[in-house]
Amino acid sequence: MAHVDLTTPVTEAQMRGLRVNDTVTLHGTLFGIRDATQIHMFDRARRTKFDLQGHAVIHTAPNVKKVPPSPEHPAGYAPVCIGTTTSDRMERFTGPLMTREGVRIIIGKGGMREGTLKAFAEIGGIYLAIIGGTAALETTWIEQIEDVDMDDLNPESLWKFRIKGFGPLLVAMDSHGGSLYETVNQDAAGRRAAALAGLGISA
Amino acid sequence: MQLTPQQIEDAAKELYIRALKVLPPDIKSGFARIDATETTPVAQGIIKTMLRNITVAEATDNLLCQDTGMPIYNVVIGRDVAIDGHALKEAIRRGCARATREYPLRSSVVHPITRRNEHTSCGPEVPVIHLDFNDAAETLSIEMIPKGSGSENGSFLKMAIPAEGVNAIKTFVIDCVLSAGGKTCPPVIVGVGVGGTSDLCVHLAKRAATRPLGSRCTDPAGARLEEELAAAVNSLGIGPQGLGGDSTAFAVHIELAATHITMNPVAVNMQCHSARRARATFTPAGLEYGF
Repeated sequence: MAHVDLTTPVTEAQMRGLRVNDTVTLHGTLFGIRDATQIHMFDRARRTKFDLQGHAVIHTAPNVKKVPPSPEHPAGYAPVCIGTTTSDRMERFTGPLMTREGVRIIIGKGGMREGTLKAFAEIGGIYLAIIGGTAALETTWIEQIEDVDMDDLNPESLWKFRIKGFGPLLVAMDSHGGSLYETVNQDAAGRRAAALAGLGISA
Repeated sequence: MQLTPQQIEDAAKELYIRALKVLPPDIKSGFARIDATETTPVAQGIIKTMLRNITVAEATDNLLCQDTGMPIYNVVIGRDVAIDGHALKEAIRRGCARATREYPLRSSVVHPITRRNEHTSCGPEVPVIHLDFNDAAETLSIEMIPKGSGSENGSFLKMAIPAEGVNAIKTFVIDCVLSAGGKTCPPVIVGVGVGGTSDLCVHLAKRAATRPLGSRCTDPAGARLEEELAAAVNSLGIGPQGLGGDSTAFAVHIELAATHITMNPVAVNMQCHSARRARATFTPAGLEYGF
């Protein structure tokens, strides 16, 4: 249960060195990505101008304010409230995100499934659990919206954030087959019969 | 009491922003309770972070959660209130769009087929507006609920049959909570609709999910079932964010309606821990905002 500070982009070796229950604080660049972004990237063959090799993505679609571009707001957007959405809907995109784009870290809430775990094991990546619904806090970890791509999909654009001290976040899925979600879900399923018995329902 | 569309529009705008920023006191009390009772270290840490977020949102005057949700307006009109009903609905729509453009808020609302976002939080049939009436003298209240999608995707309906009895209702609730896992942003309020027609059953589940914490089902059989189910749901160990713990649900709420002799419908609708609501009440004394 170690804590590490990581600056993106990261290496495969750094990812392989992490296990579930470790914690990570991120610095550098973070890309925001969501349902429509990935539908367009992988189902409609759109390519991004950004180099995502070794980078971290967060499942988000932020509240932003359009402002004149300036050194403070180079993309013409000021952050209002930036949080995290449920990752599970984007399960089928983890493979292509890692193989085609080189992404190594996914930040989200609620966890992902077997396909993601397999991709992490094969390529070297991790899932960092952020606490859903804590966007006001998360926004304070974001220094700037540096750039944006595929902005016709706004708010589901591909966002480039500059971050500092983003975390600590819990490693909830690792490259060694570890998934806290799988463990919790299996345990919960194992308690189903007892829960029903408590309600007067026998198997 | 006479109300103008402009008064309604301004309140509809203000309500959306208020709802997104400040959690109702009953939800904060719910957090204090689970903060005191949770026994799993990871879950304790998650609850502390959620509490910190509530403080940061208020200190920085920011939204609690990025998800501006599906806008729902529940209007209750008392006696001797003069308002043009059609104009009222149009005014709510305009207020919702103004909040989105002027604040600005993320418009989370798209056309269901083209997926086009008008950036107004409006679209066909949205905002959702429910109209009801009561016997309060010269009172009109509007409750605004920005319903987050992570929890809204945790919505389920089963048209069980009478031979399956109340056990079908209980089993369905447990299985819905299991299948939702961490996706609905627990700790949640599990809203359960029992009876009615299929559409009424789902609506009841939503009403239950968005009822204040600490309130009880007014039907004694429903109230008993709430207690039983809350204990069962929290024995599953899903915990905050699906990462394990005692605090899977703040509560299970039930709303019920009579149903057909051949039917036994049950619906589940979840509300996430960012269980946001705001209320505007118009009386001859003026406009008051609360929860």
